[in-house]
Amino acid sequence: MLESAVQNLIFGILLGALYGLAAVGISMVFGVTKFLNVAHGDLLMLGGYASFWLFSLLDLDPFLSLPLTILFLVVVGVVLYQLFFVRMVKLPTEEKIKNTMLIGFGLSLIIQNIALLLWTADDRGITTSYSGEAFTVLGLRFPYVRVVGLVISLVCLFALHQFLRKTYTGKAIRATVEDWEAASLMGINIHKVYLLSFLLGTALAGVAGALVSVSFSVDPSMGMHWTLKSLIVMVLGGLGNFMGTFAGGILLGATESATGFFISSNYRQVVGLVLFLLILVFRPQGLFGIKER
Amino acid sequence: MQSLKIILILLLVVVLACLPLVIIKDSTLNLLILIFLYIILASSWNILGGYTGQTSLGHAAFFGLGALATRQLWIAGSPIYPSILAGGVLAVIFAMLIGAPAFRLKGVYFAIGTLALAQILNVTVGNVFPEIAALPVEDLTNYDITPRYYMFMGMAIIVVGVATILSRSRLGLGMMAVKEEEDAAESLGVSALKHKLIALGLSAFFTGLAGGGFAYYHVSYYFQFPFTPVWSLDMLTMVYIGGQGTVLGPIIGAVFFVVMKEFLVLNVGEYHLIVFGALFVLVVLFLPGGIISAWNKIKDAITQRSKKKAVKHS
Repeated sequence: MLESAVQNLIFGILLGALYGLAAVGISMVFGVTKFLNVAHGDLLMLGGYASFWLFSLLDLDPFLSLPLTILFLVVVGVVLYQLFFVRMVKLPTEEKIKNTMLIGFGLSLIIQNIALLLWTADDRGITTSYSGEAFTVLGLRFPYVRVVGLVISLVCLFALHQFLRKTYTGKAIRATVEDWEAASLMGINIHKVYLLSFLLGTALAGVAGALVSVSFSVDPSMGMHWTLKSLIVMVLGGLGNFMGTFAGGILLGATESATGFFISSNYRQVVGLVLFLLILVFRPQGLFGIKER
Repeated sequence: MQSLKIILILLLVVVLACLPLVIIKDSTLNLLILIFLYIILASSWNILGGYTGQTSLGHAAFFGLGALATRQLWIAGSPIYPSILAGGVLAVIFAMLIGAPAFRLKGVYFAIGTLALAQILNVTVGNVFPEIAALPVEDLTNYDITPRYYMFMGMAIIVVGVATILSRSRLGLGMMAVKEEEDAAESLGVSALKHKLIALGLSAFFTGLAGGGFAYYHVSYYFQFPFTPVWSLDMLTMVYIGGQGTVLGPIIGAVFFVVMKEFLVLNVGEYHLIVFGALFVLVVLFLPGGIISAWNKIKDAITQRSKKKAVKHS
């Protein structure tokens, strides 16, 4: 009993890492640009398919092909940004959030249905030669692909953290978050900062998508589900703190698994959402966020 | 001018009321029913989202609750109209339960919070009532589309009427003040929470009624179906296409939404959702106030020009 409970928790944490990674992407974009890109889940789906096709057509290992998947998502990101989001840069914050959300809904519909036409509604998952294998510690199973997924998520997070802390561009991004007008007067190119943040977000969606397709499966309608999870985790962890966001993802994953284990897997999503609403009402800045004003 | 408008509206109502006597094809009536349903949904959503500025992504919950209560009562043998009313009331009760805590959330947090609430109901209803809501055989054989047509038409007239009266009343103006600047409204004695709760109540009631109508109209569907988030998104989409915060906007949006979707299904087949999504994005990008603001701009341009002409001639 105890052993299977712990085992369950481990699977929850490994899934939660993917929630966290997806949420860090949407939070990166929202935090800097105030673009609420609700097509984030659909970009994640595109990343999953990119990885899947690179594997099944070219026989590329999904972990080795990550740079290609990222490249593909960056290209998609540039196109979306230049066509749509660039027009939103100068709007006042509230308008910006609302309009980008609406555009996101439209884009989500478009991307989802293009994927449906091109690749049908079938579930697709990547099955590598090592997919089913796991190592065992104290009788607990750790599947390789999911553990590697966790490691890659942590590496992304660490790289992002260092980039924002240490590099000149990273500091420019943080300055823009503080006060974009002042940053602009100091000679920071706001358009470049916005574009870069947006692309970091789409790239992270790509990585998350690839990891989902290797650990689970992808299908054209998964976008909404992942967008919702990302939004929940973004709010749960609190804005402006990626470590907190990631921890929020792991908390959500663990809660869902515990619900599945102790109550019923039918109510996994419900308990996660209730937890989210309680935190939203009693601690609106998120678990690890800093209170605004 | 005002009386001309009223005459035109009455004429439209009379024409719509006579249609079932003239038209024999059910498909035309079905299309009109769909338009009425979406007008009701868009106008109800607009009371909270447009007038009061609280973008809800959770209206599917009210729609679903209305449908659930109505269908259960109706199948259990209650007459249909009280059942529909019960659906609306249940939606209001739920709205009042969640209202005060939900309004602690602002802006995008309110949107995500309501989406989460609706998802909780969606999943729970799917678990509790996994079966299809099918009609008993005697109801199926007696199924007649005409009373349903009149019910939706009447409901649409009531909702649009209430929205019109509201937009000119002190209450409605208070809602708009809350939307513009909450703190300023409060300082002038307009209680933000009270106005938001009233807007939510009205909005939920009519959305619940629409759900009841849906349960009366649809022969068989999964109990979960009216709870799915796509309903909330459709309401928001229509209102923004038409023009939020106005009386006419949601109506124009709903007609555009239904007719355009129908047209695209017939003409571009499997690409219809892609084209529709693209159209929607274009509207958001180039007509930020919706179709109605574009129309007003054109009208202004014309009147400006004729004024200039008048000045020249004098």
